[in-house]
Amino acid sequence: MNAMTQDGYVTADGRQIGPVVMELKNITLRFGGVVAIKDISFDIRQGEIRAIIGPNGAGKSSMLNVISGFYHPQDGQVIFKGQPRPAMKPYQVARLGIARTFQNIALFDGMSVLDNIMTGRLNKMKAGFLSQAIWWGAAEREENENRAAVERIIDFLEIQNIRKTPVGRLPYGLKKRVELARALAAEPNLLLLDEPMAGMNVEEKEDMSRFILSVNDEFGTTICLIEHDMGVVMDLSDRVVVMDYGKKIGDGTPAEVRSNQAVIDAYLGVAHD
Amino acid sequence: MIYREAGDFKTSYRDDSQTFPIRLDRWGYYAIMAVAFGIIPFVINDYWANAVLVPFLIYAIAALGLNVLTGYAGQVSLGTGGFMAVGAYAVYKLMTSFPDVSIVIHILLAGGITAGVGVLFGLPSLRIKGFYLAVATLAAQFFLVWLFNKVPWFYNYSASGQITSPTRTVFDQAVTGPAATAPAKYLICLVFAFALAWLARNLTRGSLGRKWMAIRDMDIAAEIIGVNPLRAKLSAFAVSSFFIGIAGALLFAVYLGAAEVGEAFGINKSFLVLFMIIIGGLGSIFGSFAGAAFLVLLPVLLKNFLVGNMGWPTDLAAHIELMIVGALIVTFLIVEPHGLARLWRLAKDKLRLWPFPH
Repeated sequence: MNAMTQDGYVTADGRQIGPVVMELKNITLRFGGVVAIKDISFDIRQGEIRAIIGPNGAGKSSMLNVISGFYHPQDGQVIFKGQPRPAMKPYQVARLGIARTFQNIALFDGMSVLDNIMTGRLNKMKAGFLSQAIWWGAAEREENENRAAVERIIDFLEIQNIRKTPVGRLPYGLKKRVELARALAAEPNLLLLDEPMAGMNVEEKEDMSRFILSVNDEFGTTICLIEHDMGVVMDLSDRVVVMDYGKKIGDGTPAEVRSNQAVIDAYLGVAHD
Repeated sequence: MIYREAGDFKTSYRDDSQTFPIRLDRWGYYAIMAVAFGIIPFVINDYWANAVLVPFLIYAIAALGLNVLTGYAGQVSLGTGGFMAVGAYAVYKLMTSFPDVSIVIHILLAGGITAGVGVLFGLPSLRIKGFYLAVATLAAQFFLVWLFNKVPWFYNYSASGQITSPTRTVFDQAVTGPAATAPAKYLICLVFAFALAWLARNLTRGSLGRKWMAIRDMDIAAEIIGVNPLRAKLSAFAVSSFFIGIAGALLFAVYLGAAEVGEAFGINKSFLVLFMIIIGGLGSIFGSFAGAAFLVLLPVLLKNFLVGNMGWPTDLAAHIELMIVGALIVTFLIVEPHGLARLWRLAKDKLRLWPFPH
């Protein structure tokens, strides 16, 4: 990594990374007596792929839930685009342009793939109640415009053939892809992926990695992901945060993190003598 | 062979998302509408109107309303009878207070008033779900029936405690009261059923409908993509109650003519409409009509068969009929838990490929 400045840096593969989009400052999250996250600070910059890694129970998903507004930290600040973000409901956070996927898929099983992805664009559909009720004017126009946008994402993720299939009937790997499509449909500034490759075989992982890289490349979407597959993380991400027992034990490029003694100890264990 | 998609190319998203994408479906729909509007009004008699078609249309409206709430938005309600009573009493008060205003406006206003009451009783849905919400809406059922019984203002202090529908006309044709003819009753119910079904279809295919279904399928995920659960749930209660209110108003004003709240709008009605949407199919416009037809027609058919063809005494037939209907419902739910709408869809899927197996 070249020198980090206020405005960003240039990655090893020559991509220009922009200024800070999301900054987390001294976040502490407690559930009763359990401290899930202890005084963690890091930032996510425009256009980068940022990974959060750590052993099970390190507090990675809690961190993502703080960013997406599910949990409200007891201490610390979430600063989005330079503005400290007050405690918000998840649907308000979504309207700021933060989309996410879930570790265990959270799709709408009763709806078709197309309808699921269309729900990702609900915030862009503004037609009034009356227009929708008589299906005339804004409602119909909006539906077709958003359908066109959704079709572009369907093409992009190569799921044309399952467009009208109910999501409940799809295999696991495709469900993950549909969930990514739904998050992408919102055209987010910041995309949070909670273990996008959990439970996938090698081919599916390769496909998903390809999609994540193309999303970042083609739409310039800033991505923050949690993943357990180290090979994937090291290949995909520009910078990595390492968490263990709710604390941050490392932060930097994949190469820096890999050589960090605290990280090696956390993953491999350390002899107590 | 005739029923197929092949060769019917869609060149715009508008064509692709139409209600009946297959040509034969579209023709079938037009044909049914032509018969319903163009032929039946001229041949209908009192028996057909009162025993079959008018109750079918009215219950179809109520089933549509409950389907919006339960089938699309996933909020279970046992308050349908109570909300129908609100519609009935609202239209009664409006008809007697403003006799010069058109009955159509009264019925729509009654729907609006019911929508307001529905939103009020929908507030608990923000905190409770499933069976617990069903119990909360049961409270609405009992409270509303009690209210209309206890406060004489609602039934204009009549000695019997009943409400009786005065004669009102649309285009100089009496549609309510003793002078109403079978075609007039049928037509006013048909117009409302047609318009409301169209409305329900539009609302459920747009962004509001997707919000409802998102809340139904997974409320957490719905919230994360930007659905405000408060507005989604309350709008479902409002739209649903609007439909149910209109059904209640029509049931009282057009069909029954006179009603006593406990008898006409008791808990039985709530269950009847709930069974209609379960048998017809949750989350389906067609299912609402199919379920209403099933539960309205089945007793009539059975009665005609047992009394007319078998020559059984009427009272025996009436009891056997209840048992047969009950048994049929149970059998049906075991065989096809997703209702008539699903059977219909399966049949269509098979037809698309017929006569080839794949």
